[in-house]
Amino acid sequence: MRAVRKALGTVLWYARELTGEAEYDRYCARHRRHHPHAPVPTRREYQRMRTLQRECESPGRCC
Amino acid sequence: MSTSAVPESALPAPGGPPPRRSRTTPKSILVWTAVALVGATGWAVLALSRDEEISAVWLLMAALGSYAIGYRFYSRFIARRVLEVDDTRATPAERLEDGVDYHPTDKRVLFGHHFAAIAGAGPLVGPVLAAQMGYLPGTIWIIAGVIFGGAVQDMIVLFFSMRRDGKSLGQMARDEIGRVGGAAALIGVFAIMIILLAVLAMVVVNALAESAWGTFSVTMTIPIALFMGFYLRYLRPGRVVETSLIGVALLLLAILGGGWIQDSSLAEHFVWSPETLVFCLVGYGFVASVLPVWMLLAPRDYLSTFMKVGTIALMAVGVAVAAPTLKAESVTEFASTGAGPVFAGSLFPFLFITIACGALSGFHALVSSGTTPKLIQKESQVRMIGYGSMLTESFVAVMALIAACVLEPGLFYAMNSPAALLGPTVETASEAVKGLGFSITPDQLTAAAKAVEEQTLVGRSGGAPTLAVGMSEIFAGVFGGAGMKAFWYHFAIMFEALFILTTVDAGTRVGRFMLQDMLGNVWKPIGRVTWKPGIWITSALVVGAWGYFLYAGVTDPLGGIKQLFPLFGIANQLLAAVALAVTTTMLIKAGKLRWAWVSGIPLVWDVAVTFTAGWQKIFSENPKIGFFAQRDLYADAIDAGKLLPGATNTDDMHTIVLNNTVDGVIMAIFLLLVLIVLVNCAVVCVRALRSSEPLPTTEAPYVESRIDVPEQRDSESLVGARS
Repeated sequence: MRAVRKALGTVLWYARELTGEAEYDRYCARHRRHHPHAPVPTRREYQRMRTLQRECESPGRCC
Repeated sequence: MSTSAVPESALPAPGGPPPRRSRTTPKSILVWTAVALVGATGWAVLALSRDEEISAVWLLMAALGSYAIGYRFYSRFIARRVLEVDDTRATPAERLEDGVDYHPTDKRVLFGHHFAAIAGAGPLVGPVLAAQMGYLPGTIWIIAGVIFGGAVQDMIVLFFSMRRDGKSLGQMARDEIGRVGGAAALIGVFAIMIILLAVLAMVVVNALAESAWGTFSVTMTIPIALFMGFYLRYLRPGRVVETSLIGVALLLLAILGGGWIQDSSLAEHFVWSPETLVFCLVGYGFVASVLPVWMLLAPRDYLSTFMKVGTIALMAVGVAVAAPTLKAESVTEFASTGAGPVFAGSLFPFLFITIACGALSGFHALVSSGTTPKLIQKESQVRMIGYGSMLTESFVAVMALIAACVLEPGLFYAMNSPAALLGPTVETASEAVKGLGFSITPDQLTAAAKAVEEQTLVGRSGGAPTLAVGMSEIFAGVFGGAGMKAFWYHFAIMFEALFILTTVDAGTRVGRFMLQDMLGNVWKPIGRVTWKPGIWITSALVVGAWGYFLYAGVTDPLGGIKQLFPLFGIANQLLAAVALAVTTTMLIKAGKLRWAWVSGIPLVWDVAVTFTAGWQKIFSENPKIGFFAQRDLYADAIDAGKLLPGATNTDDMHTIVLNNTVDGVIMAIFLLLVLIVLVNCAVVCVRALRSSEPLPTTEAPYVESRIDVPEQRDSESLVGARS
């Protein structure tokens, strides 16, 4: 049971990392470190900010 | 659970641990001897079997054994000796970390990222078409090409870009070889992109035309992606995994729904002609390029990534478990006569341009010099990420080749020959296949179409339907039996169309950015990425350009795939020539003339292949191969008032003349642009060799790395010149 849980945990971790879902957690940690007094943006605010950025960059995809 | 955020307390002690080098142990000798034996056995069976059907397992053994050896020995040699990767040197991800664009990423995650970015429908299409020459030539080229060419290119470009803070190939070309070469490279990349999009879109059109099931399920991917986009933005911001799982479930429902639609009275609404599909795709490409990314592009990308990983894993399991028998000949006579119906020309050079993705693909150089280099934790990881990802893509190509060779050759040719040769019915197709030296009865053709619930399989060129039939055969043997064949066929069509539509979205956007960048030099406002009219104009120009080639291809009386696929293959390989020329120049400029052969040999090979193929396409007097020879043949016939095979009226004749002229001119422009880059590189190399002092480098200066990656410190630790 424990092994199955651990394996599922790894798969979820990998999926979260691969899709960039984990990005927000990292961003918050970094934000707290660098600007300890400024409020951390909410997930919604962060996601909006990211899509605006993505709007201006060329997607790297191939055949 | 945290991956990449490395606590700052994990700094190595001053002085650091002594660098360790890997040692050869009896165990490793034993293991690698075994691996070598597996590969050698596979190759031996492939080489020695004559006129007998062999199992696909031998092919897998040859591939996997060779990959393992190539990865373990050749890529390590390149990393250590040629590139001198240095794990004490901080990567841009570490030095410039901003938590967004630059941040040290776990190598397994980055491997997945990079693989998803390089692999799409390309490696699934080329090998299927190349099966016309038998399974052996394609297999040899895919495996040897990737080990000595494609993977080397990806890894070296990744390394050089990483040493330059993630500069793009175009920027590196401009910095290293000068403005002229840089500009030629930039225009070349843009033109190549247009042809690429047109050819891939044509594969989708050929797969969906006249198929209600396929059209319905692929159309459904658009509302599914839109739903995911809104869900992610308004309901559950940022919950990508959850959203993607819902998306994949909906996608599977859409495939099942397609089967239901096909049998219902709604079917006729989803049977579209190729021309209608062209206009839909062009409209879709435009809308996708101007809509905000969160609505369509981003969710489609997630869906595509999940499907990619899932299907490729499924394919590997299917092929390994079913162990199908290869029905194709090992080498067909078309390899030497060059008279094959799928694509014209003999083995050299045309096999090597038909299989680009999976062996050597220039487009990867663009991805390897974009996002990935900004995320690498440690220099030595360029091996796993650059070389390893490309080996994985090559493995996908091998599986596609297997799927195509599992088909009865008669069926393969009935599906992939141009419509002009096959005629309108199963009877005429059966006759035409007989004329090629293979056999399939009209009843067998009807039965094959019925098994996958399609109206017909005759003349379904482009690779996707063939791969889908092959995969349905393999999958049905493992999961679900013959009753599931239609599902698996449409599953395969769906994911291939999904990959291609993702490329169409992303590619149109990339093209738009390039065009905005180029036109921005002439007229400033159009270069601004936030100015809406600029976005609309450039998007329309890009879509119009590939749309033109797509329409011309779909309506080409001689078969668009046969006419345009060589152009696509040559274009992709020419891009590889540009990338390899730039890396070879950079090696020489770095004072590594003695190792320049590592990228120099694939460069010479690639230039030989592409320029021979391009030359033949332009100057060959054989109208089957040369664009202008074919043009003259049809133009003379028009003057004489005659109709030639393939054309049913004078309009067809004029179309053929026009298409050949355009294709020939485009081919000549490509070759010219690449020639400019090559000459410019040669000049820079000579200058570098003559100069008594090394030319100034554009590398970012050395900064000592302060992060420590635990698993990196075992026997794989690589220490370069500086320690």
